[in-house]
Formats: sequence, structure tokens, C-alpha cells
Amino acid sequence: MPKDHGIGASPKRREDVRFLSGTGNYTDDINLNGQAYVHFLRSDVAHGRLTKVDTAAAAAMPGVLRVFTGADFEGVGGLPCGWQVTDRHGQPMQEPGHPVLAQGKVRHVGDPIAAVVAETYEQARDAAEAIELDIEELPAVVDMKAALQDGAPKVHDDLESNLCYDWGFVEENREAVDAAIKGAAHVTTLELVNQRMVANPMEPRVAVGDYNRGTGDHTLYTTSQNPHVIRLLMGAFVLGIPEHKLRVVAPDVGGGFGTKIFHYAEEAFCTFAAKAVNRPVKWTSSRSEAFMSDAHGRDHVTKIELALDKDNNFVALRTDTHANMGAYLSTFAPSVPTWLHGTLMAGNYKTPLIYVNVKAVFTNTVPVDAYRGAGRPEATFQLERVIDKAARELGVDPIALRRQNFITEFPYATPVAVEYDTGDYNATMDKLIEIGDLDGFAARRKESEARGKLRGLGVNCYIEACGIAPSNLVGQLGARAGLYESATVRVNATGGLVVMTGSHSHGQGHETAFPQVIAEMIGIDESMVEIVHGDTANTPMGMGTYGSRSLAVGGSAIVRATEKIINKAKRIAAHLMEASESDIELKDGAFSVAGTDKSVAWGDVTLAAYVPHNYPLEDIEPGLEETAFYDPSNFTYPSGAYACEVEVDPETGRVTIERMSAADDFGNVVNPMIVSGQVHGGLAQGIGQALLEGCVYDENGQLLSASYMDYAMPRADDLPMFTVDHSCVTPCTHNPLGVKGCGEAGAIGSPPSVVNAVVDALQSAGRDVTHIDMPLSPARVWAAMNG
Amino acid sequence: MAKIPVTFTHNGTDRAAFADPGQNLLEFLRRGLGDLSPKYGCGQGACGACTVTIDGQTQLACLVLAETVQGRDVRTAAGLADGATLDPLQEAFMDHFAAQCGYCTPGMLVSARALLDTNPTPTREEVIEAISGNLCRCTGYEPIIEAILSVAGRRATA
Repeated sequence: MPKDHGIGASPKRREDVRFLSGTGNYTDDINLNGQAYVHFLRSDVAHGRLTKVDTAAAAAMPGVLRVFTGADFEGVGGLPCGWQVTDRHGQPMQEPGHPVLAQGKVRHVGDPIAAVVAETYEQARDAAEAIELDIEELPAVVDMKAALQDGAPKVHDDLESNLCYDWGFVEENREAVDAAIKGAAHVTTLELVNQRMVANPMEPRVAVGDYNRGTGDHTLYTTSQNPHVIRLLMGAFVLGIPEHKLRVVAPDVGGGFGTKIFHYAEEAFCTFAAKAVNRPVKWTSSRSEAFMSDAHGRDHVTKIELALDKDNNFVALRTDTHANMGAYLSTFAPSVPTWLHGTLMAGNYKTPLIYVNVKAVFTNTVPVDAYRGAGRPEATFQLERVIDKAARELGVDPIALRRQNFITEFPYATPVAVEYDTGDYNATMDKLIEIGDLDGFAARRKESEARGKLRGLGVNCYIEACGIAPSNLVGQLGARAGLYESATVRVNATGGLVVMTGSHSHGQGHETAFPQVIAEMIGIDESMVEIVHGDTANTPMGMGTYGSRSLAVGGSAIVRATEKIINKAKRIAAHLMEASESDIELKDGAFSVAGTDKSVAWGDVTLAAYVPHNYPLEDIEPGLEETAFYDPSNFTYPSGAYACEVEVDPETGRVTIERMSAADDFGNVVNPMIVSGQVHGGLAQGIGQALLEGCVYDENGQLLSASYMDYAMPRADDLPMFTVDHSCVTPCTHNPLGVKGCGEAGAIGSPPSVVNAVVDALQSAGRDVTHIDMPLSPARVWAAMNG
Repeated sequence: MAKIPVTFTHNGTDRAAFADPGQNLLEFLRRGLGDLSPKYGCGQGACGACTVTIDGQTQLACLVLAETVQGRDVRTAAGLADGATLDPLQEAFMDHFAAQCGYCTPGMLVSARALLDTNPTPTREEVIEAISGNLCRCTGYEPIIEAILSVAGRRATA
């Protein structure tokens, strides 16, 4: 019998009433009195020198309040990078400046050059066309390997080259890995591309800046996954506004998927301009602007080599990856191909020797940063593809080869610096075989063949690292931020609770799930708990939501703060019942004295805390409000096994997914409905990457995929039904809820199974195809079959 | 340029407002009338976030000139609920966890409502066809399809 409340239940989402009635409060729904509008004039060339930016005519256009250029921002800082990677020679990465508006050069299509603030959006846009602009176009670098050649055009003139860093991990293993591969019984090599993706939350980015001349207070409303991070980065590093004079509000946010983590130029501009023109200033991104200004994802080119001994045990793994940074370093970009990628290269396997080399490269393209999974999908894809290829070369069953090399004892220290606390990879594989009816595949393949279709089965495993931490470790790795989370639990006099969390919900359902945790701890109804998030003015300094961290890190902070509340409430209850504190028990929302029938209700204790008439004021402060900051001692390590069954039409190359199954181990699950929804959404994005999506530049750096007509988003008729299961549970050992995180699993786990399945289908028909790069469009599949 | 007076019916209520020349219906509803339920997603008719009905037909508000709704019946997701009572379709979306971030949801609801108003017992394929113009980045669509089918099933057996 499923629970109907507390941890493990699936109550209806309380967010839904406002979302379903169209009364959500998204940033574009915020309109301030006297608001002006900004339009950004963006570069339409990938690389060029600005020789003239004449704004006089534009400034004289109707309704124009002021026109801004890069010169207006010479006195303020550039957009900061939040992670410094140290290269294999011990040197810091090359870190170019990133002005709010272009200064001297433009470096990608979409780079903002000037901004017009006017009474209406239409007037701002019209005036931007009157800006006289001369750009001396320079040769652009788009391809990463070309960008690293001697004499290649430099994206940043003041840097030595287009190489951001050359990272080796673990550098001390390099020679041992080379030797092991040289001496191995079998080496499987695969070269592949993990294509550039665009996150595309349905809500485009929006920023509204406001300034109160009377108080000197700045407010920024923005579509962010982490308002406190934006306040710190923009306040301290760009505009020089102390936190107590700067409020950042991220209200309802219409999806993030990583791309709303970062601090963007438009946020700093609207905050700056609101003071400069003494009016609220609003910017709403058009979709095409979103394609050319939201940080992109992925874009890795990799060669991977897997060495096996004569008994098919993995003995060494070596990878060589080029990772595109784009034209500037987005906020957390350097961490993605390194600490979020190299540390995952062991996957679910006990490969003893691993060496990962990553060259991060500047090109004249939109900056690349974290997108759902962020480094982990890239790691999983190459590893699970090369294992599949090895199984084919060796003529062994791909599931058996994986099982043979599974890590089975925990905790397990990998050769890539992380220690998995728990997992049971055979259990999720067993579950996958059951829910995916893998035993029935052969019959289904025959049935497909009878209809002239090629059927393929692809299986893969994945491991993820969520809730990146602890802060002191990530500091050593180059993070310029802490990675704790915060919660303040405020109990009101009549017993209701308000929880102010540093996490941010942009579709995850925190307002529903977090109260389940507190209700379970205190034994009260969830309706007594309200969640507040997204406003730096009323939440403690917190790091926000990304990397599947909210429950594991933010939820743990809520647990810690609630424990403090319960401890204090027990002391008050002990006083009210004239009993010893150690005898007080809390159950079902009432405090009782062990072994007696004495009890006081939760509400009696909370009232006593705020109306302290009968109260030990000399021993206990009045009130009932506690704050906790939780800094995890380790990552969490969700894992799972995925299977995809495809049909390929040999006439057209069209791939249809017939079955998609996911068996995940997320540790304990607070709300199974929300967890299933997260997996579904991740699968949709992973399948989108495998079959449909891809950001395309031409050789001159023109962005060819800047609309939904050119960039293929998955639609309702593109996706199969999903079979998902998260009943395999190995609880995390180091957080109080035993939870691991589920937000990115689907996007990490699904692309390799789709490609493995298509390769299997083609090989079943005797085609000698070992790999096809994503997206597996009909044209690419057809070409591979007939090539 | 002179503003253009437009009189029309908005979610069952007679309204009169001035539109700017060239203004699209999405901006007119959001800025002019304060109906924030239709959303801007792409401005190019490719995502469905601004879906409304005009005289019962689904339309993309970002592609409709505001002045052309003169005398017509415009309905948005804001008009689905009857006061505090949600439409059965909204209830079904909640029951099936068919909204995550909520941004595509108003447009999705309008498309689904229009389908059910003209075809109360659609097949799964007809549901998919009806929402194939509405992009959702969060759910993978399956809960939305199930929600719509559940309403169709309830009606069919009622």
C-alpha cells in the first residue's frame, strides 16, 4: 500500500494550481511602473574588430532614453568565471576577459555590441537599427583542432593561443596507462563526437532591473536557477554593489536544464542601466537571441581506447578529448570537461588504470557550459559506446562483459579520485532485464524482420556524481564558490512552518516534496509547511539548483534545520510537562513523556515559544526559528541500467524507438511521482540528443540552427512510452535522507543505449557499421548503411 | 500611428481595448489586457506556448494580428477554470503530473481543450497529433497524453 503522506508518498503538486490556471509568476510576467525596454544589438559576424559604433542617430530616435556601448562598461568588471582549472603542467588555465558589451572585438555571432533603452520595446529595436556600425571581419575559428594549429586566428589577441587548458587526469597515471594499453591482449578504439546542444528551456531568459534612488537599493528579477550566486557574482565582480544593496529574485522559472545557472551580460546590463536611466529596465530574450546567447552544452570530440586482458577484464582506459569553450568562459565552463567528466570515467567498472586528457579550446562560437548532466553524459557516452564495440569485436555478450567488470564491493575508490559509497549494478541490470523484457527481444526482432524492419537492442549502464562537494575539496579543484546548501525553518506561533531554502525550483516540485520531509519528521500535515525560494531578500545564502543536488544537499540542510527545531521544541515541551528533556518523545505531531500519558500538542509548544508566559526564559530563548548550512562530505552516486529497442527502416534510415526502459538506483525516494517525471524528462532530452538535436555552425561561424525550424526539438510524436523503475535502492551513506539525486540520470543514461541499439540493428542486417555520430538522423543512418 | 480599437470576447467577457498597429495578439493579451496565461516561447509559431482559441479554432497568438480578433471569441487557459473550480482537464493534468515547470502548460491545455471540444473521445494518435505543435521540454509528453486520454475516457463512459 503506497503511503499517502510523508516520505515515499506522491501527493499532487501544490505548484500545479497556479501553473494550470495560468497564474504562475514568471519573470516576463513582472512589469514595473515606468519600465523601459532594452534591445541588444548583437554581432552578426563570428569574429571582427569594431572600428566604429556611432550611436548618435539612434539616440535621437523617438522614445530612446539612452544608448549604451562597451565604453560605458569600461569602469566595471567583466563577467567572472567561477572555476579555475590547473593544467597538466601545473599552470592555471588561460582566462580571457568577458565584457558586458563588446569592447574592441566581437567574438561570436550574438555577442552584444550595444544596447538601446527606450520607452517601448519596438522603439528600442527600431533605434538599434540606426546604430552605425563598422566591423572589420576577421577569419573565424570554429573547428577545435583547427583552432589549435599554429597560425590559427586567435579568439583573444591577448592570449598565447586558443588553448584554454591541457588537462591530464590522473597525470601520474599517464605512463602506466600507456604501458598497460601497449601490453594489452585487446584494445578497442573509438572516435566520436558528442555534439553541441542547446538546452532550450521553454521560457526564454528575461531580466528586469530596478533601482530605488531613495534608498540606493538595486533589484534584479531574473530567470535563474541560483539567485544568490547571481547576486554574489554580479555584485562583487561586475558592478561593485554590496549584497545588502542588491536583491536578486528568481520567481517561477520555466525550466533551466543548466543554462540558467550562469551569470549573463543581460542581467548585469539591466541592473546597471536601471540606475543609469533611473527607470526599471526590462529585457525579454527572443528565441533566436536565446540560441545565440544562452550557454550551449556538450561539444566534445573524443578518442577513447579500452584495453582488456585475455579474459576480457578491463585493464586500462585512455581518452583524448577536445572540449569547446566557445568564445568566452561561461560561469562554470572549465569544470564541465574536467571535474564533472574525468572523475566519471571509471563508470560502473573496476578498470584499474585510467588517464583522461582534455584540451579545452576557444572558438568563435557561443560559450559552452553545463547542460543537463554536464560532463557526465559525455563520459558515459564514450565509455558505454566503447564497451559495446569491444563486446562486438570480442564476440561476447555486451551485458555479460559489463557484469564481468562491474564494481561489486563498496565503498570503492576509483582511479579517478572519487569514492563510490553505495551501489548495486547487478541489481539494476537484473531489474532492467525484467522491466524491459529483454528475454523477449529475439521474438520481437523476428516480428520486425517480418515487416521488413531492422530491430536492434542497446543496453548501457551509467553512474552519476550528484551534489558536488565538499566545499574545501572543490576549492582545491579550482571552484571559486562553496557548494553547501542552506535552509531556515521558521515555525509560526500557531504551528505552521515556513522553510526558506537556498535551492531553487524551476519545475522540480520542491514546494511539494520538501514539505513531505518535514511532515514526516514532525508528524504533521504537509499543508502546514510552506516553501519559500528564489529571493535573496528572504532566503539564506544558498547555491541553488543544478547537478541533481536539491534533495541531497538542500534537503539535507532542511533536515538539519528541522532537527534543531525539534531539539528546541523538546526542551520547551519538557518544561511545559515538568519532565526531563531526555524523556520527551515526538510522534504524530505531539510531544509526550516516555512511559506516561502526559502529552502536549505541537501547536501548544510553538505557541509557548512565541507567547512565553510559562517559559524558562533564563534557559531558552523565545521563538522557534533555526538555520542550517549543509556541506556534504562526498558526492552522491546514483546509477542504473538502460535499454533501448529501435526499429530502423532500411529504405529511409529512419529510427523509431519501440521501447525505452530505465532501471535506476536513486537511493531513497521522497516522491516517486516527481522522480519518475524527472527521469521521463531526462530521457526525452537524451533521446533528443541521440536522434534529433544538434547545434550547427558553418565554417565561418554562422549559427545555422537558431530557431525551432532549424533545431529539432523532440515533439509528442517523436518519443516512445517509457518504462521506468527506481525500486533498486542502495541508500547514500553520508546524507541524512539516504538520497542520491535523479534530475540528470535520464539525459546521461539514454544516448548510448539508443546508439548501441541502432548499431545492433544495422549489424543484424550484416552492415559493417561500428559507430554513427549523433544525432542519428535518417540521412546519417542511411548513409552509414549504404556507405 | 493611431491606435486601433478592438472589441471582442475574452474568455466569455466583452472587452474593448486599443491595439498598436502591427501588434500581435500575444502582446495584446499580455500587455494590453493583463492576461498572462499565454506565453512567449519563440515568436515564430513553432512552439505552441501562446496557443489560444479564436472562435473555437486553435491559433498561435504570436502570429495573429491583434486587430483581426475584432468581434471574435478569444479564449485562453486563464478562462478554463470556473472561479476556483478547475476544469476536468486541469484536474487531469494535476493527477497525471503533466506539468513540471508550467511554462508550456497553458498552451498545452488550450490545444487539449480544443481537441476534446471537437472530438470528445480521441484516440492516442489523435491526442499526439493535437499537441504535436506544443513543445514541452520537461515531461517527455507521456503524462500529458495520459492526462488528456483520461478526460476523454471519463467523458466517454459518463
